[in-house]
Amino acid sequence: MTAAPVLQHHSGGQDPVAANTLYADRITIAFGGLIAVNDVSFSIAPKSVVSLIGPNGAGKTTFFNVLTGLYDPTEGTVFLDGSDINGVKPHKRAALGMARTFQNIRLFNLMTAEENVMVAMHSHLKAGILGTVLRLPGQRREEREARDTARELLEFVGIGKVEGELARNLSYGDQRRLEVARALALRPKILLLDEPTAGMNPQESATFVEFVYRVRDEKDLSVLLIEHDMSVIMKVSERITVLDRGNLIAEGTPDDIRNNQQVIEAYLGKTGTREGKRKK
Amino acid sequence: MSIMPSRRSNGLAHFRWPAGYVVVIVFLFLLYQEILPLFNTSVSGSVTSWLPVATVNQCLMWAIMALGLNVVVGYAGLLDLGYVAFWALGGYTAGWLMAAPFNWTWNVHILTSIPSSTAGTHINFWFVIIIAGVLCAILGLLIGAPTLRPRGDYLALVTLGFGEVITQFFRNSNDIGGLNVAGGDGGISVIDPIGTGPFAYAGVPKGLTNNTTDNIYKILVLGLLVGICIFISLRIREGRLGRAWLAIREDELAASMMGVPLVRAKLSAYAVGAFFGGIGGVANASGVTGAVSPSGFDFGKSVLVLLMVVLGGMGNVWGVTIGAFLLAWLNGTGLQQIGVQLDSWFGTNLHETLPRYNFVILGVLLVMMMLFRREGLIPEKRTKALMSTPNRTEMEAIGADIAEAGMETEVFEHSSPESDAAIAATAADVTPLINKES
Repeated sequence: MTAAPVLQHHSGGQDPVAANTLYADRITIAFGGLIAVNDVSFSIAPKSVVSLIGPNGAGKTTFFNVLTGLYDPTEGTVFLDGSDINGVKPHKRAALGMARTFQNIRLFNLMTAEENVMVAMHSHLKAGILGTVLRLPGQRREEREARDTARELLEFVGIGKVEGELARNLSYGDQRRLEVARALALRPKILLLDEPTAGMNPQESATFVEFVYRVRDEKDLSVLLIEHDMSVIMKVSERITVLDRGNLIAEGTPDDIRNNQQVIEAYLGKTGTREGKRKK
Repeated sequence: MSIMPSRRSNGLAHFRWPAGYVVVIVFLFLLYQEILPLFNTSVSGSVTSWLPVATVNQCLMWAIMALGLNVVVGYAGLLDLGYVAFWALGGYTAGWLMAAPFNWTWNVHILTSIPSSTAGTHINFWFVIIIAGVLCAILGLLIGAPTLRPRGDYLALVTLGFGEVITQFFRNSNDIGGLNVAGGDGGISVIDPIGTGPFAYAGVPKGLTNNTTDNIYKILVLGLLVGICIFISLRIREGRLGRAWLAIREDELAASMMGVPLVRAKLSAYAVGAFFGGIGGVANASGVTGAVSPSGFDFGKSVLVLLMVVLGGMGNVWGVTIGAFLLAWLNGTGLQQIGVQLDSWFGTNLHETLPRYNFVILGVLLVMMMLFRREGLIPEKRTKALMSTPNRTEMEAIGADIAEAGMETEVFEHSSPESDAAIAATAADVTPLINKES
């Protein structure tokens, strides 16, 4: 394999901005003199499942945070559905259809499962202070519909029975599911999953792969994963992007990545030993 | 339809509470108006010395304030140490619109029962309530827009400064560019009393207004205002905005990632709180003191309202209302009356000293609360859960950590069910401590 990776945006020669749901164009992020992400381009095609992988400190999370709007890139532009979203605040991006889950679950612990999901509908609901206080017919209908949708979503992720339970009382697995339900309430175009299988056992991880495809197909969206578990990555991803120390070192199908010498050196080799250790 | 796990509080919120509340207020009114005069002076005297009508009115007024601050602190989790500012602005709005300040000579009368020959501006109490509320909400938005960006401690400092600035503004208000805006140190007096305004236009016979029992009728007016504030508080908590506030209180970052516009949502909490504060200010100036001056709007008042919220149970409307009653009573009559009682039992001379040490006593009370009942007198269900039971995943995580550490050091390699149980017990013991510290 050659040393320099060839960027392929599987856009079939089209303009990558128009062809992709999300297109990050030559992103560089520097914190002071430290370059966390260096000139990385990245694309998510409509209805695809893609992954971002790399060893610790590769810049995955930083890159993820640029996509969701927590940081602005030092250089480069992020396009969502063809429009430049640089400088757009996180809550606006969420409303535009970019939903995420968190590596360390961040639910609203003292709110019920149903309320957690309904919070994410904030940008779709319209009721104002007056409508809420007077409980005008429009507000009541809206609330009823929102509650129904919330229950459907909880049902969809498989925790239909716990809607009235405080989020903090749910089991770890149910909390992860609730996070996905909450993200789906934004009616996203892209679902960003940050290490979704962390803490899952192999059976749960296997079901998770099916779950990702069910979400993709039924909710009509693209999925981006950051993940450490290589077995999950290889099963779930249609395309994989590999970062190492802030640089993009490979992009392609799971088979491409598996056979990429640079990736093996930078990542898989290390992970292989780590996996070996864990199995012991 | 239940949002909260408990159906009881929900039912209360929807149907039962207004009836119960009306009964309480009407009972208080009848107690002073009809029942007490029937008893001999020793009975009615001890009731009125322990709970004078004026103190009931003060309690109701403070309840409005506490409910307002509860929206900001209890619902949205924004620590506001300058809430007195809105109280002051509300009071001065009453001063401007319901009095003849300085040497104003014009006569503006809108639906008041003040004789039309009286100079000054005299606008109906209910109009002034709305005007002051809206004015304070606007001020809240103006102040909040730049100050609500900082988080936590910084916000508390900024609001603290804001509270002081407003008071100083009114202190120097007798010469703003040569214009006497609000009377400086002396403030504005006399402000039209409530009783004369609304009753004359609500069909109550003139004979009942403007007399010595005026204070008793104020129970109804202030009671109505408190009722409205409770109603708004309960309704708003269950809607889209209330959810956004709770979410911000729980996890700001996650809330913004779920499409909640942080600054806007915080601003709306601040504005609603300020609206209540303005109402409280008018109720105070017109219904309780009859005058406004800068010395009444000190930092201590901000702290007092905050104490009411914390003591009563942050986020719980009923807890906060009761907290307000308790502290306003202690501050107004209770301490002195306890002193009088102690004097008569032990021959001491406490009835003068106790009220002077009010903040020491309230401070001790707060410390006791923090030690023994952190969640407040009537805690919000959610807070109670937080304080009393450990977070499930946290507990499991600690259990897992301990177990993992054990495996790595291979000390517990041959772990028995007993030692596992011991580990779980340790986790359960440790977790509440962690919760308290965070």
